[in-house]
Amino acid sequence: MSSVTSHSAVASAPRKRLSDQPTIRIEPMRGGVDLRLGELWRYRELLYFFVWRDVKVRYKQTAIGVVWVILQPLLSMLVFTLFFGRLAKLPSQGLPYPVFYFAALVPWIYFSTSLVSVTNIMVENQRVITKVYFPRLILPVSAALSGLVDFGIGFVVLVIFTMSYGIRPGPSVLLLPLFLVLAFLTVLGIGLWLSALNALYRDVRYLIPFIVQFWLLASPVAYPSSMVPERYRWLYGLNPMAGVIDGFRWALTGRGQAPGTVLIASTAMVIVTVFAGLIFFNRMEGSIADRV
Amino acid sequence: MSATVIQASGLSKRYERGATESSALLRDKLARALRAPWKGWSGQRQETFWALKDVSMEVQEGEVLGLIGRNGSGKTTLLKILSRITRPTSGTAELHGRVGSLLEVGTGFHPELTGRENTYLSGAILGMSRQEIARKFDEIVSFAELEKFIDTPVKHYSSGMYVRLAFAVAAHLEPEILLVDEVLAVGDINFQKKCLGRMSDVARAGRTVILVSHQLGQIRRLCQRVVWIDAGSVRRDASAQDVVNAYETAMSAGEFTSSDRSNMGGQKARFVRWEIAGEAPHSITSFGPVRIHFYLEVTEPIHRGHHGIALFNSERQLIWGKAADDLVLTPGTHRFTYEFPSLPLRPGPYSWLVSLFDGTEQIEMWEGVPEMGVATDSLQHPRDEWSGILNLPSELSVREEGGENGKSYR
Repeated sequence: MSSVTSHSAVASAPRKRLSDQPTIRIEPMRGGVDLRLGELWRYRELLYFFVWRDVKVRYKQTAIGVVWVILQPLLSMLVFTLFFGRLAKLPSQGLPYPVFYFAALVPWIYFSTSLVSVTNIMVENQRVITKVYFPRLILPVSAALSGLVDFGIGFVVLVIFTMSYGIRPGPSVLLLPLFLVLAFLTVLGIGLWLSALNALYRDVRYLIPFIVQFWLLASPVAYPSSMVPERYRWLYGLNPMAGVIDGFRWALTGRGQAPGTVLIASTAMVIVTVFAGLIFFNRMEGSIADRV
Repeated sequence: MSATVIQASGLSKRYERGATESSALLRDKLARALRAPWKGWSGQRQETFWALKDVSMEVQEGEVLGLIGRNGSGKTTLLKILSRITRPTSGTAELHGRVGSLLEVGTGFHPELTGRENTYLSGAILGMSRQEIARKFDEIVSFAELEKFIDTPVKHYSSGMYVRLAFAVAAHLEPEILLVDEVLAVGDINFQKKCLGRMSDVARAGRTVILVSHQLGQIRRLCQRVVWIDAGSVRRDASAQDVVNAYETAMSAGEFTSSDRSNMGGQKARFVRWEIAGEAPHSITSFGPVRIHFYLEVTEPIHRGHHGIALFNSERQLIWGKAADDLVLTPGTHRFTYEFPSLPLRPGPYSWLVSLFDGTEQIEMWEGVPEMGVATDSLQHPRDEWSGILNLPSELSVREEGGENGKSYR
């Protein structure tokens, strides 16, 4: 089966000895779980390049780029203020309606748009996936990260907007990053399932608009979570975005629902989702290149 | 002293037929699971086939190994397993060193991004670090001869420019093990030579290369050892000369024809082989007259035969086509001969398609194997984007009107 052809190898430069080189073992899929998160760290530069590409292409393609990122939450905020605030007169935890909605819409839009892009990322990159190896996990992570740029722009507008209403954030603002991390992990946890499923079954993307729509109703964006009866609060908190949006609004304005039962339930749920998502993605990873 | 850098033992890969089709919908799977829940989620049987069966081989450090075999024989699957794009169903392999794979020209290129941006992106995807790309950047750009256009989005590039940049990035990849699939078949001949030159430099520097190609001349030039993969298994593993000769013999004996044809017709008559009269049976080496024979085996008489022929280039662009009506063919072997005063085509791989109908019934539609190589010198513009599909000999002379002396340019 094998033959040895020796020929004089003219080494142009001193090279590492073979024994120093990394050894790659190729084997069939095994039953066990090996998330290979260390590999993700070794490929961090590629992760950076994927995020950079996403952001660059997104802003190059749309002529109004940044303006759109600001307009989207602003217009939604106007609609919410008009219908849920002025017409339906839903409570707003003592906050002016525009601030109440805007503070929820900025994290919500990050969640909903990122969830869509994470879901589609494996399919959009199928050419690369079938032509070169890298840890596939990089793709959904990069999609969840690149949404943070839009979020940053929206957030700056939100802070200016809130201040213009005379609301100064208190010490609670220091907890903001925590809620952002929670939002990121929610996108990732759910997105890992959806992106792998979407690569295997093309009709998953048609489900996304419905998922996002129902999710919006199940999150305290248009209404405060205090409207949910106290004894069902923990159940409500199993939607991680409930904890994220409540917490975000509270941390920024110092008013509204302080994180409690909802946040604990949300955090627990996020941790479970991310781990389950990682395991599922890892199981599917092997067959994705064969099936996208 | 050379050491083993790739050791594969018993690699096999099973695919489920139809699994790659877009009809793989979650909806269907759910419906099936609901209709027959006792069968379970993945209970339904799918037709499977083995793309690779028990392939074992060793590759030594600094070796340039060629992989040959007809389409669908499993060469690409083997390369995909070794580059970790897909996992084997069974068997293992060990690779010592960094692995770079070049399975496509321009992996990761994005049309909206500039040449500079794509160089970084594609470089990173192929496995280079940012520092490494920055260090080699100027070299890559001058190799691609694209200094002036490096900040233009690649969507404005001609296909030649695009390929040059993509190759330049790939050619500067310096892993210990390089896996290359067929990508050298595109681009103009001069640039191809440049890339091949660089690849042999890479090999001389002690790196290991596995090269898949249909261009047997290229394989002969570059590789010391060749593995012939047939129907998913190793058919022959020996010196380049030995394996390529055996492969060519098998091809001209028409061994591959039966499974390469479409399964329509073929009952009454079938084309079995083709060749060019002269020394090289499947390549054109001069601008002179060319005579090409196609052999047809007829088993049942054909009364109202229509015969068509077409010549395609590697991008599946139709170069030439013709048809003949009212053929009457008796059982036996018939030789169809086409004579051309010259086939002045741009160097590269081409393929013949020949057909036969009886009335309106399709009898035969044969994609001539092997491909036809055109291996003449390029007489065209040195820049790829200005050289076309015809490689016409030409002469230019310039003379001032009313003047005495003119000057000729070749």
